[in-house]
Amino acid sequence: MPTIPISKAKSEYDVIIVGSGAGGGQMAYTLTLAGIKCLMLEAGRSYDVVAETPMFQTGKDAPLGGSSTPDKNFGFFDATIDGGWEVPDEPYTQASDKAEEQFRWWRARMMGGRTNHWGRISLRNGPYDFKPYSRDGLGFDWPISYDDLEPYYTKVEKLIGVYGSNEGMENTPDSPTGVLQPPPKGRVGDLMIQKHGKKLGVPVIPIHRAVLTRPQDGKKLAPELHPDNPKAQKIVEESMSSRAACFWATDCGRGCSIRANYQSTTVHLPPALATGNLDIIPNAHVREVIVGKDGKAKGVLFIDKTTGKEERVKGKAVVLAASSGETVRILLNSASGDGIANSSGLVGKYIMDTVGSDMSGQIPALENLPAHNDDGAGGCHFYSPWWLYKEQKAGKLDFARGYHIEISGTRSMPKGNSPVPPHFLKGLYGTKLKEAARRYYGSFVHLACRGEMIPNEGSFAELDSEVKDKWGIPVMKWHWKWSEHELNMSAHAQKTFAGIFESAGGKGLFDAKRDPRKAILRGGEVIHEVGGALMGADAKKSVCNEWNQTWDVKNLILCDASPFASNSDKNPTETIMALAWRAADRLIEESRKGNL
Amino acid sequence: MNSQEQENRLPRRRVLQWFAAVAAAEGMALPAALAQATKPGATGYGQDPVMAKRYERGEVWPLTFTKSEKAAALALADMVFPKDDMGPAASEVRVAEFIDEWVSAPYPRQQGDRKAIIPGLKGLDEECRKHFQKNFAEASEEQKKAACDEMAKGNHFFNVFTALAAGAYYSDPRCWKALGYAGNVPIGGAFPGPPKEVLDQLGLVQTVE
Repeated sequence: MPTIPISKAKSEYDVIIVGSGAGGGQMAYTLTLAGIKCLMLEAGRSYDVVAETPMFQTGKDAPLGGSSTPDKNFGFFDATIDGGWEVPDEPYTQASDKAEEQFRWWRARMMGGRTNHWGRISLRNGPYDFKPYSRDGLGFDWPISYDDLEPYYTKVEKLIGVYGSNEGMENTPDSPTGVLQPPPKGRVGDLMIQKHGKKLGVPVIPIHRAVLTRPQDGKKLAPELHPDNPKAQKIVEESMSSRAACFWATDCGRGCSIRANYQSTTVHLPPALATGNLDIIPNAHVREVIVGKDGKAKGVLFIDKTTGKEERVKGKAVVLAASSGETVRILLNSASGDGIANSSGLVGKYIMDTVGSDMSGQIPALENLPAHNDDGAGGCHFYSPWWLYKEQKAGKLDFARGYHIEISGTRSMPKGNSPVPPHFLKGLYGTKLKEAARRYYGSFVHLACRGEMIPNEGSFAELDSEVKDKWGIPVMKWHWKWSEHELNMSAHAQKTFAGIFESAGGKGLFDAKRDPRKAILRGGEVIHEVGGALMGADAKKSVCNEWNQTWDVKNLILCDASPFASNSDKNPTETIMALAWRAADRLIEESRKGNL
Repeated sequence: MNSQEQENRLPRRRVLQWFAAVAAAEGMALPAALAQATKPGATGYGQDPVMAKRYERGEVWPLTFTKSEKAAALALADMVFPKDDMGPAASEVRVAEFIDEWVSAPYPRQQGDRKAIIPGLKGLDEECRKHFQKNFAEASEEQKKAACDEMAKGNHFFNVFTALAAGAYYSDPRCWKALGYAGNVPIGGAFPGPPKEVLDQLGLVQTVE
């Protein structure tokens, strides 16, 4: 990816964008195609998705067969570079010694950020998800409604390419006709759970994921996305034509050198660069947003990690899209540590993750199946959207919000670990061992609860008063707390999963003595960190307005998930992009009025 | 019969007599001298290794098996995964080298497995010398089988070794057929989904056009 050193930076840009992931990528795309000059700062190194993606690599060729390590948390082939639960030069601290009160902060330091490895699950928030407080009196309402964001969900889906189906289910929005790409066929595990979930009233339908199942029709889509902008149409059409459809091999987490799935580095940044309106400086570790005496953002102060020197760049507006935790860190460290955009005192407050509670099950009917290629789209095909809205409304459940179920597992490529849980092979060797491995392989299905966490007073981040990173910048200190709602949701999911496996004639693999409420993953482990700079209708009770602009610094826009006022069970990425596109349109409008 | 039942049916004393050293490694009484005999001083591959290349075992950190550990691991791996109608022998797909790389890795999980593997391989040789006057690798097929049969009744080292060997063996594309993995090949057009015979066997109906 073409980048520039600081020495080649222009003296001033229209907009400085911090972060190159889903939010920063979308911002850069929308702004540069509209002719706005942008500088993007990325904290990690540049990345060449074509040369660096380990397509088709097998465990035979990788250290430890490609299995996960503290260096590569999701295995050797995971696209993440210089990232994970720990980033050596950039520590973070915990306020509590108790594991359940800690937040595990996952970061990526590379062009495109986490979008290179993410699960590609692209779900729209539904109408309820923008007004949770109005529905049950918990958390906060967003200052926008589903109708405000709907046009942008549609634009994003057209641009990135999302497969799925329209099922007309409650609070699970359909996309307009013709927008979604066709979903891939169900795999045995999907169809098995679909059939047996139905008996328990659990609906299972095709999931929505940002993977092309057929080539993108750039000729049709580009003019729809960019009417009256022939240059943008040409660039976007070319970009879309250069993407291939999925060839049903190589899981998406590795990244995709044929650009069949969405990652910022293959979908957002190439057309933005093609406009000639985008410069990117990599290895730029941002310390502060520079705010002038007039209260407006003037630029950004960062450390050039290649030299260790402090550098300054100027812009008429600044966009922070650095991830919730990083955006909070930058806001609090700005004004020499006094903080900015924080007259509400709410910067860093109400950070949320997704409730994760998983279970694998073994289903005897799936044993010894004829071998067949089950790789599919390199991620989920089917899922179960939340199905108990009515029961919840009637007060029949002991938690207030919903979860969806992601289905995976079955016949995936073995990579370093035993392809069958070792206790199924215990005491066997020789041909008998091979027969047992053959018998059990593919008989396991994994169900994952991904549910809504309600923002609470005990989950937040602040600056650590003592610990500093390699460059002397104060680091984040995390506080974490699950409420009864999340713990009870975990217990409900565990019970549901055990029931589904039983209904399929199988068995959930879990310790019967465990506390199902504690089967919840730790804070941060689903890597859906949102909140910390919530948007709202009242400047005293929120950090951003409905356009992602901070109330206090009008030309400072937050375009990661930090402005999320709630964290519905729907994975946050598509909403980040839709909000970023909407905020970018607003910026363009202001710029045309001469207000930048 | 599962392995737990098997273990319960056998006279516990006999199992303990056989492979006493190996059994010792299972519990708290880990022979420290054995476990620390060779400790890798390597560092990991870091957070930015080149992903799109083929690595040899021992390329990222040095292998640490001694000559005798290597010989025992090679011979045991071929007992665990012999050549048969289903697939190649462990030695053909370098399972022992994989395990060597594994226990030589500087990461906590692998270091934990090392505590079972290194004393276990030594204990295996010691027991074989006691019973057969030979190291495991030099023992006859029958003797190796007898040793494996004993360990299969319930032995921590054997379980760890078997699990690592399974991870190693099935990571090699030459062993995918034995498992029934048929992916990692590009397919043009729409994803075909499971074949009809599979759906019929399971009484499932494809619900996506």
